[in-house]
Amino acid sequence: MGSRASTLLREEEIEEIKKETGFSHSQITRLYSRFTSLDKGENGTLSREDFQRIPELAINPLGDRIINAFFPEGEDQVNFRGFMRTLAHFRPIEDNEKSRNPTASEPLNSRTNKLLFAFRLYDLDRDDKISRDELLQVLRMMVGVNISDEQLGSIADRTIQEADTNGDSSISFNEFIKVLEKVDVEQKMSIRFLH
Amino acid sequence: MELFFNPFDNLVCILLGISFTVWFTLLLVFIIVPAIFGVSFGIRRLYMKTLLKIFEWATLRIERGAKEKNHLLYKPYSNAIIAREPTSLEEEIKEIRRSGSNKDLDAAPEFEMSDIFYFARRGVESIMDDEVTKRFSAEELESWNLLTRSNYNFHYISLRLTVLWGLGLLIRYGFLLPLRPLDMNLLLYSPFYRMKNFLSEKVHLMCYRICVRALTAIITYHDSENKPKNGGICVANHTSPIDVIILASDGCYAMVGQIHGGLMGVIQRSMVKACPHVWFERSEVKDRHLVAKRLSDHVEDKSKLPILIFPEGTCINNTSVMMFKKGSFEIGATVYPVAIKYDPRFGDAFWNSSKFGMVNYLLRMMSSWAIVCSVWYLPPMSREEGEDAVQFANRVKAAIARQGGLVDLLWDGGLKRGKVKDTFKEEQQKLYSKMLVGTQEDRSRS
Repeated sequence: MGSRASTLLREEEIEEIKKETGFSHSQITRLYSRFTSLDKGENGTLSREDFQRIPELAINPLGDRIINAFFPEGEDQVNFRGFMRTLAHFRPIEDNEKSRNPTASEPLNSRTNKLLFAFRLYDLDRDDKISRDELLQVLRMMVGVNISDEQLGSIADRTIQEADTNGDSSISFNEFIKVLEKVDVEQKMSIRFLH
Repeated sequence: MELFFNPFDNLVCILLGISFTVWFTLLLVFIIVPAIFGVSFGIRRLYMKTLLKIFEWATLRIERGAKEKNHLLYKPYSNAIIAREPTSLEEEIKEIRRSGSNKDLDAAPEFEMSDIFYFARRGVESIMDDEVTKRFSAEELESWNLLTRSNYNFHYISLRLTVLWGLGLLIRYGFLLPLRPLDMNLLLYSPFYRMKNFLSEKVHLMCYRICVRALTAIITYHDSENKPKNGGICVANHTSPIDVIILASDGCYAMVGQIHGGLMGVIQRSMVKACPHVWFERSEVKDRHLVAKRLSDHVEDKSKLPILIFPEGTCINNTSVMMFKKGSFEIGATVYPVAIKYDPRFGDAFWNSSKFGMVNYLLRMMSSWAIVCSVWYLPPMSREEGEDAVQFANRVKAAIARQGGLVDLLWDGGLKRGKVKDTFKEEQQKLYSKMLVGTQEDRSRS
């Protein structure tokens, strides 16, 4: 019997994940099957190596930063709940969700949370600020060896200058939101499911 | 007490004797004799049709069971979970920037913080579904074929279905499984086998045909006029070790490969006795020139059989064809491509060598319903003027993929076990850098 049989997802768990992330029943089972196929150690959690085994992710210049987004501070394993919680950021925003009750807690795939996901890709030390150094490091990951240090430095300086409104030479989350207010985040940070 | 047991014992012995004789006769009549003469009774096709009807019924029952509980059935889609647009890095990032500002984009290229969206989305898309890792595990089916190993919905199974499954289990393990290795044993120890050295070709074919019937393999050969001829190289996509048996039962080939230990080694050594094959020690495999020289020597000798090669280098799950290693395409001989496609409904032939060993695999093969596949012999191809080995290999690969209805991938089958090369990442980085600073010409123009 395959490992899927022994670690089957219980109905209650599926309901909980549905409530938390907004994925449908079939999407959750589909992603669970994906989760188990990535879990080579068959222990119900994924490690960083499990992610790095995906070739298309390994060749992504920001692959390591994206993998990091799945792991909470200081942890090396992510379970299915955590996996789904992170993936939920990329769920498309449906029309009926836009007119939701404002006092209800914000869904994981809201515009703000999508921007927060991107912000955290830049914010290496998780101190809620993108410093010049952090920006430089991420830029270096994206361009490899093709751009000189000085050029990269001037790009970083220019970016911070444009975004920084309170003069502390780093970009806070609010400044980040302001810079990107016109960008179609809902569409660009969403992945459409086929069913 | 003794009086009680004796007649009972006798009865049991008689019954065993009769059933064994019946069984043996069936074996002889239905398997060995037709194999010798290459004739078929059409029984296997009937078996196939019956099985398919049963599988359809089983799937309907599961669907009904799911509907009663008001749930959506887990439907495996072998195509994709998510929609992925095939847009390039440049296009996508330009689009993202366009939506964010009204600046003229064809002016000085620069960096935008929103560029990261592209990489983030691509990354998460590949986590949800990627083209490569799913090729190294068994294909998922839409209907259930009564094998527990391929079922994901079994909390919807009713009593009737369980009974059918139990019956299927009994038949597979109690009847089909013991029958098959018995055939193999008969093969190895039969006098025909010893005669191989003298009668060579005919006997060779016959032995493979017995193997084929033993595994209840139902093979359809297409376009046999294109069968590989002497002095050529036969190239096929690789799914399992059974590929060899399937091709060899329809023609004689010289095999190329590494000498293995264990069970595989025994099988290899026994094959060598029949035809001249080209075996390499593991250390010799690393020396590409040595390999190429021996292959071209073999090919030049027109009296020698065509060489059978699987250029993917490893077993793939039969939904796609992965990168062909260019070695066999450099030799300059005529290439005869062959496409092999298994019908996954009757039993999954894919050998996941990182998960299952050889013995485990053989057990699963012998206890599946049948192995149904189609073999297409494609017209021969040669390297054209101005084409290098890699382009030639890709051309052959595309032809095989098209014929077999498989996805043509550029990825290396070696990714099953090894890491991807950094050059791919560097390509992406280069592309992105161009967007930030433009090329030399752009800068000199502005």
